[in-house]
Amino acid sequence: MNVLLDYLPEFRDGFLGTLAITVSSALLALVLGVLIAGFRVSPIPPLRAFGTAWVTVLRNTPLTLLFLVAFFVVPQILFQGASPFVLATLALGFYTSSFVCEAVRSGINTVPMGQAEAARSLGMTFSQTLRMIVLPQATRTVLPPLSSIFIALTKNSAIAGAFSFGELFNVSKLLNDKGYAIAWIFLWIALAYLVITFAISGLFRLLERRMGVAR
Amino acid sequence: MSNASVLYDVPGPKAKARNRVYTVVGALAVLALIAFVVLRLSAKGQLEPEVWNIFNNAGVRTNIRDGVLTTLQVFAVAAVLSLVLGVLLAVARLSDHKPVRWLATGFIELFRAVPLLITIYALWVILLSNRESLGLADSQPQFWALVIGLTVYNGSVQAEVLRAGINSVPKGQREAAYALGMRKTQVMTTVLIPQAVRAMLPTIISQLVVTLKDTSLGYIITFEELLFTARQMSTNIIVNGNDTYVPVIIVTGAIYVAMCLALSALANWIEARGRRAKTGIGVTAAGEPVAATDALDTADAAPGGPLAAKD
Repeated sequence: MNVLLDYLPEFRDGFLGTLAITVSSALLALVLGVLIAGFRVSPIPPLRAFGTAWVTVLRNTPLTLLFLVAFFVVPQILFQGASPFVLATLALGFYTSSFVCEAVRSGINTVPMGQAEAARSLGMTFSQTLRMIVLPQATRTVLPPLSSIFIALTKNSAIAGAFSFGELFNVSKLLNDKGYAIAWIFLWIALAYLVITFAISGLFRLLERRMGVAR
Repeated sequence: MSNASVLYDVPGPKAKARNRVYTVVGALAVLALIAFVVLRLSAKGQLEPEVWNIFNNAGVRTNIRDGVLTTLQVFAVAAVLSLVLGVLLAVARLSDHKPVRWLATGFIELFRAVPLLITIYALWVILLSNRESLGLADSQPQFWALVIGLTVYNGSVQAEVLRAGINSVPKGQREAAYALGMRKTQVMTTVLIPQAVRAMLPTIISQLVVTLKDTSLGYIITFEELLFTARQMSTNIIVNGNDTYVPVIIVTGAIYVAMCLALSALANWIEARGRRAKTGIGVTAAGEPVAATDALDTADAAPGGPLAAKD
């Protein structure tokens, strides 16, 4: 019980660390995921193959292995001296981007063909069709899976702590080393994660209501 | 419905020519990316034959084999236990008794919300400090921490999957069973659960892929599974003054991808077979193995797949 009050600054830093890594890798995953989804639905075979390979490899690799790559191979081969924050963001963002890609792709798939056909027969150009007809409808379908993906991302960020990035899991390790009862630490950390995941699902519920249209 | 056709018409001669240009440019871009990585690797001496020669070493091969076996062992035990726990929790969540229902719901919500790594870590600490009193003095506490952690987390997720499956069985089935004079337990075990399992099999197997991937969390609590073995080997084996992270990680990653793909292929095969068989209850689309985790929405997935339901 006391552990929270005694180590409030550590808990706060850990919470902010988890928040920061979650937000930054969510942004990276969103950008990359939409880009790769674009590759996967494009009429250009090499880009499609690249997208498929990306998704297959990243979705079937354990995240811990990606962290290993990010923290031990990337600094050695590509850029020296990248901060743990950047490396953790890269690992989490790349991993999650494959899930975002699949969500976006299936979202585009759920838009009925007739919508795009109607748009084309009205004389809309490709970009108009995409911007005004297909994407707005796809976005609505994609929101619920995206919300689960980002909740998963939040929980996955705990692995960053194991690679000595300062976030909630890291705090729990630290405090356990100081001899506090693991049960209390566990409870407080669980609560902290609940706060973040509830915020995400609340945000997405808000978005869904905002964008909801009877179909 | 193919994807491509939603976004663009069948290309005419002009678009075809343009696409050909894009194809060349795209291919060059992808090739450039691959070339860049390969050049960087070879500049760091990671593509030298000596570096890759380590896999000719019998010791290295034994280590990798042992790592794979340990990983599979953890996976097998955790998979069986999580399925058993999943059935128990699903039944408890649908129980007529309020306290049982609440208890199961609380358990599921708690362990689904906490990152698996933190659960495993807490279990590890608890097992380590109570090793004597639990009679685990000579067994590996890491193994049990990993297995129990995987079990409670995946069991909770499987429970939600099964619950969705049980709820998707047409009401008439249950009513008919009661009308035949079956008791609650009989209805559940002989009518509802078999149909639920059949309908949800692809999703259940997809979640098993997640379980398999998550065995790698054992690395963090120093359990000697595949990833931990790989890490140790790559630090210990020095070739030309370099550690051997790159070759070892490429090989280990390929093993993981192969194992997961094999399991996913099984899920897809079952799904395809289920689609052919035109019996009452639909089989779900092989759910995406949702990240080391979450499947929060799996619970709402009616047979026919989450996306089909929204269409």
